[in-house]
Amino acid sequence: MSETATTAGLDLKRGPGRLLVLLYGIFAVGAASRSIYQLSTRFDEAPVAYLLSAVAAVVYAVITFCLARGGERARRVGLVCCAVELVGVLTVGTWSLVDPGAFPDATVWSDYGLGYVLLPLILPLTGLRWLRGAAAPTGPRTTTHPDRQGQ
Amino acid sequence: MFTPLTVTVVVTGLLLAVWCGYASFRDQPVKDWHYGGAALVEVFALAQAVVSTVALAGGDRPAGEGSTVVFVCYLVAVPLCLPLTVVVSFTERNRWGSATVAVGAAVAAVLELRLADVWAGAAGV
Repeated sequence: MSETATTAGLDLKRGPGRLLVLLYGIFAVGAASRSIYQLSTRFDEAPVAYLLSAVAAVVYAVITFCLARGGERARRVGLVCCAVELVGVLTVGTWSLVDPGAFPDATVWSDYGLGYVLLPLILPLTGLRWLRGAAAPTGPRTTTHPDRQGQ
Repeated sequence: MFTPLTVTVVVTGLLLAVWCGYASFRDQPVKDWHYGGAALVEVFALAQAVVSTVALAGGDRPAGEGSTVVFVCYLVAVPLCLPLTVVVSFTERNRWGSATVAVGAAVAAVLELRLADVWAGAAGV
């Protein structure tokens, strides 16, 4: 492998990281375009829900950028953002179940992200695990064995 | 919108997702056959985009106010999914490349479904 990670140039986007960059990128684009559309066309209907979608979009975008960029600082920022995301999805998920009236329109985080096959709940957990594992001085751990391909 | 094409894109997209997902499960990279499958799904997705563009140019519009913008966004997004993930898989010649293409195919199928929904008048979500 040509990409050997050092602590300075920590590569967070190889192996499982590719999948995370892709999924976070999709959610960033999805949440952003959705909130832009909703905020610009019918802000008055459900301002809380639409503003939350915008906040979620920003969080997703920052995580996508951190994963793609790599390095120790990006890893730490990514960890914080994944934690914020997890707290957000748990809070909004519980809130939307306890008091459905607070959200006249759904957000990505309503019902713990059930409308998105629970990915909004799975992503931050996976992200936290990946970013924590990447802290090792030898770079991100990976279970991939390229020499096993073709079996 | 041409419903048989919608069904074709969704079904072939999901099949490709399962196929590549299985390759990832078996710890294998994306192979030429998978790329062939991806190209086939892409052809269907592009055909749908062309058919829909012709319909839009002919004056047809999706049902519901302000839904044309949403429709066009989905129309552009569907054919982008597979090329983007295939390019990623070129640099990740292992199970994670396969998983990436699998996700791209599944997302293309879901977006195609949403495209049909928006055409039928379900814009705004």
